[in-house]
This record gives sequence, structure tokens and C-alpha cells, in this order.
Amino acid sequence: MTELSAHLPQFQHGQLTENFPDNHLSNTNDTSERRRHENSERRRNDNPDSETNGQPQNNIQQVVEQDEEEDEELTLKYGAKHVIMLFVPVTLCMVVVVATIKSVSFYTRKDGQLIYTPFTEETETVGQRALNSILNAAIMISVIIVMTILLVVLYKYRCYKVIHGWLIISSLLLLFFFSFIYLGEVFKTYNVAMDYITVALIIWNFGVVGMICIHWKGPLRLQQAYLIMISALMALVFIKYLPEWTAWLILAVISVYDLVAVLCPKGPLRMLVETAQERNETLFPALIYSSTMIWLVNMAEEDPEAQRKASKNSTYDKQANQTQNEDPEADDGGFSQEWQQQRDNRIGPIESTPESRAAVQALPSNSQSSEDPEERGVKLGLGDFIFYSVLVGKASATASGDWNTTLACFVAILIGLCLTLLLLAIFKKALPALPISITFGLVFYFATDNLVQPFMDQLAFHQFYI
Amino acid sequence: PALGLFLFTIAREPLRIIILIAGAFFWLVSLLLSSLIWFIAVKASDPRDEALQRGLLIFGVIFSVLLQEVFRFLYYKLLRKAIEGLVALSEDGCSPISIQQMAYVAGVGFGLMSGAFSMINLLADALGPGTVGIHGDSQLYFLTSAFMTMVLIFLHTFWGILFFHGCEHRRWWEIAAVVVMHLAVSGSTFCNPLYVGSLVPSYLLMAIAAVWAYLLSGGSAQNVRRFLLCK
Repeated sequence: MTELSAHLPQFQHGQLTENFPDNHLSNTNDTSERRRHENSERRRNDNPDSETNGQPQNNIQQVVEQDEEEDEELTLKYGAKHVIMLFVPVTLCMVVVVATIKSVSFYTRKDGQLIYTPFTEETETVGQRALNSILNAAIMISVIIVMTILLVVLYKYRCYKVIHGWLIISSLLLLFFFSFIYLGEVFKTYNVAMDYITVALIIWNFGVVGMICIHWKGPLRLQQAYLIMISALMALVFIKYLPEWTAWLILAVISVYDLVAVLCPKGPLRMLVETAQERNETLFPALIYSSTMIWLVNMAEEDPEAQRKASKNSTYDKQANQTQNEDPEADDGGFSQEWQQQRDNRIGPIESTPESRAAVQALPSNSQSSEDPEERGVKLGLGDFIFYSVLVGKASATASGDWNTTLACFVAILIGLCLTLLLLAIFKKALPALPISITFGLVFYFATDNLVQPFMDQLAFHQFYI
Repeated sequence: PALGLFLFTIAREPLRIIILIAGAFFWLVSLLLSSLIWFIAVKASDPRDEALQRGLLIFGVIFSVLLQEVFRFLYYKLLRKAIEGLVALSEDGCSPISIQQMAYVAGVGFGLMSGAFSMINLLADALGPGTVGIHGDSQLYFLTSAFMTMVLIFLHTFWGILFFHGCEHRRWWEIAAVVVMHLAVSGSTFCNPLYVGSLVPSYLLMAIAAVWAYLLSGGSAQNVRRFLLCK
């Protein structure tokens, strides 16, 4: 599950993020109260409401819950608001990616492939190309699975330092190196002359503020903005370095994996969430995007989780730190150190993606005081952001229908997100956010590209209107 | 103008945005199905026969119009169910959004999607260098396309209101009128590039639809007068 996904290999990010209940609408007060106790492990139980019912993990002191019915009603009532809270960042991320793809040619040039996808797609026969892409996708997926399991194991044996360090290195890499490349390419495209000193200053400031925002405290909006930017950067890297068929195959397989890993009882992400819940800890700062971080903004009130942890005499100081860290919406997938060692930096960020794909989970209401239901937010894993943007970016880069296809994929993904949120409200469990949206997106991409495009072309040529 | 509509009336409330996106989605699906049919028809026929191709295109357009209306109906059904759910959920027993608002938003959704699909490639190409109508085609291509798209977006909005109202009150003739109007507008575009044949009737129809929708929504001549005089 994505909760730990941040730490898990980036490959897993796709899966990781999904595993978590991607969309967990914020719930009513009950949930928050329950959440308070359950805290971090909530990832899995996105719906606070449902948790009381279904989750055996509510072993912790359960607050007297309010009427379940009320919760549900309030949940759904505020559901629309939370859907919009998720729509906006997803849309922003996609817009950034599409704008970059359209204007900066760097990201559509083929400059080689990642080590993770060793087989080339410039083969002579179609069959060979298909075989190569299948092999590529298989390699990628297995890397992700391995990383996820590694993360689960690390978490189970409480190697928090490793995970923490991994995350920090990943975010460092992403914030500094990739933004440097991005900035350089944008300057090249628009033929803007820039000296190294200014660039160094800009990148330094950008990176440091980003690190602070994500791993420590910071204004909510700034954190959200940073997470969006990071997701966009990762998505751009993916778009550049994955060959055509491999990319589509990977998207499809990751949706399936996400579904499996989150919902099967033996899935790694599910185990992760369960472990985290048993220990009553917040999941390690996975990459998650949260729509509201009240406690962050409200500096006067300390992080409730931290407080709770302190009150519970948690033996792990790290936990408290992590709780703090978790407030920021998810580090970017924590680039694993292994990645860095194995490959050049460009590959590194990939790892973070799995992590960023933390499932959306309802943020446990942090306030110990009566919460305003409106404040509760929804969480979505960053990996989900990244994969959505990859889909839309690839659509805009390589489709013959161009803007039509891009628009179609965009609408499809948003509708998928809506449906997932609806399911979340109904089931109140951790749900993967990827499958539905990616399926819709893929279907619409291929359909629009092949079927609608010729039709619209002809219509536009004759100036018919339907 | 459509974007202005969106910004001022829809962007404030999240529920409306969802309905809008869902409306766009339904239109998209209808387009998909109709282009599927057209594609099959084209593949099965001779690509060199110009007249046949044009005939097939016309057939595709008509089919697409009918499909759009079918999907508008399906969307109406879905929204009815959703309203019941919303009513059950709300605290004070009445839905946070009325069926008329939904009709309006659904119409805008349809219209936006249709307009976007018609215009966006054109706009992208318009950014590049080139001369309009260099091969003897009309030089007003862009202008007329823009106007036609705008009128179509507005028409979709009004049709949405009329259609839903017809479904609500079971007045089949209203629904039939909407379908006929849609067919008429699309049909009038067949006379392009004889623009007077397509733009003028379309605008007339739009004016009629606008007045009708306004009256249905409870407006009246007095309201207009009061609004204009800023009372």
C-alpha cells in the first residue's frame, strides 16, 4: 500500500499509492475521533466511518462514536467538496505536464532509456517490439514489487532510520537535480540567457524551501504546490524515458497490481497498513497529498499525532518525528539509495513514485477539540498524481488527435477519480485510486486516437457540426 | 463566453463542477460511439468515392446527433437518481441543488465538451503561421468556426434546460422539439461554406431556444425589464 510506498521502491509507487485507500473522504467527527486514536495507520481505513465497523484494529481506545449514520451522511455531504479539493491539484499537475510537453521539446526527444527498461523498442518487427515491451514492463513491475516488499520488511523490523534517510535523499535528488534540468530545458526552449550564479541561487532556494515544506512544517498551500511540482517533474521523467508501448503496458499492469496489492489480504501494502495500525503509528511519511493540513497551518496547536504519541509514551521518537513529517504531504517518494547507486540520477526519482502513490486516506482529524467537519481533508497518494499525469502527458505527446485526445483522457481521469471517491464513501476502506481512472484513461486514449480523430478531422474539414 | 458562464456560475460550487465534468463525459461517450459507427461504415466502403464519403459523413453526423440526445436522456436519468440520494443525505430534507440547476449545468457540460472538441485543434493550428483559405476555401474559416462553436455551446445549454424540463413534466413534444432543433442546426451546417445558410438559422434557433428556456425557468418579461432598469 502506498502508505509506505514513499519508502518503498519507487517502482512500487504505483502500487503503493494505490493500495492505500486512495480516496478517503474526510469524515465526520466520529471518524476524526476514531482516527485520532488510530492515527497514522489510517491510511488503510480511509473512511473513518467505516472503520469503526469493519476494522478490527480499532483496538485502541475508541472514542465514543457518534451515530454511524450521521457520519455517512456528513461524509457524503462533504464529499463533493473533497472531490473538488482533489480535482484541483490533479488538474494543476496535468496542466503543468501537458504545458511542458507541448513547449519543451526535451521531454519528447528520445535520449535513451532507463536501466529498468533495457529492451529497446526500435525493432524491426512488430512481434519483437511487443515482446520487448512486455519484458520491459515485467522488469519494471518486478522491481516495484521487490521494493514494496523491501519497504514492508524494513517497516516491520522498525528500521525507521533507513526509511527516513531514503526519503530524504530521494527528495533531495528530486528537488535539486531534476528541477535544475527542467529549468535548463525551459530556458533553452525560450532562448533565455541565464548565468550559472543566478540559476544556482534559484535552485538552491527552491530546493531548500521545498525540503523544509515537505519534511517539516510549512504553509499548507506551499506544501501542496511543492508536491504538485514534484509529481509533475517525476511524470515528465517517466514520459521522457519510457518507450511507447512499455509506458502503456506499465500503466495497465500497475493498475492491476495496485488493485491486487491493496485489496488482497496478503498484499504487501495491506500488510503494511495493518502493521502500522497495530503499532498505532502513523505510517512512515509516504508520499501523500492531503487537501487539508490543519495542524500544520495552525502552529499554535501542535501536531495532534505528535501529542498523542507523546501522551502514549511512544518508545519511538522517530514516530513523533515522522508524524511531524507526515504532515507534509508526503515526501516525494523517497528515492531509494539503491537506485542512486545503481543508476544515474535520472533513474532515481522513479523510485519515489511508488512511494508517492500512497493511497488516499482520510487524514485523521488531528484536532483534539471539536473539529469542524469541513476541515477534514482527503488524501491522495503522490504516485497517483504521477501516473495520471504520465497518462495525460503521453496522450498529448504522442497522439495523432492531439488536443482532443488529451482532453478526452483528462475528463476520463477526472471521472475515474470521482467514481473512486464515491466507492470510498460507500466502502469506507482503503481503496486503490489507480485502477478505475487509468482504465478509463487508457480506453479513452486509444478510442479517441483511433476512432474519434478521423471523424473529427473530416467534420472540421467540411465544417460540419454535430 | 462559455468560459465566462463557467467561471461565474459553476466554479463556486463543487457539486456543480462534478455534474459538469460528468456531463462532458457523457457527451464524450456519445461521440465515441458515433465515431465508432462512422469508422466501421467508412472502412466497409470505398474510400475513393467522394460522394459516398460525404454521404457517409452526413449519416455519421445525424447518427451522432441522435446519440447525443440519447445520452442526454441517460444523463437525466442518472441525475434523477442522484437527486434522490442527495435529498436523503441532506439535513433539511431538500436537495442542495435543484433539477433546473442540474439541467443548466449539464447543458453547459455538454456544450463545453462539444465546443472544445470542435475548436481546440483549430486554435492550436491558428497559433502557427499560415494563410486562411489559400486553396480557394473561404477566408472566413476561423471566424465562422468560432461563431458556430459559440452558438453551439449556448444551444447545448438551452437544450439541456428544455430537455430536462420536458422529461420532468413528461411533455414529449418538448423533447422532440429539442431533437428536431439539434438536427436542424447540424443539418444547416451541411451547407457550409455557404455561411449564410448555417450561421443565420443557427442564431435564430438559439434565440428561440433562449427565450423558451428563460420562460421555462420562471422568468418573464417583467423580470427582464426590472433587470435592465437595475431596480
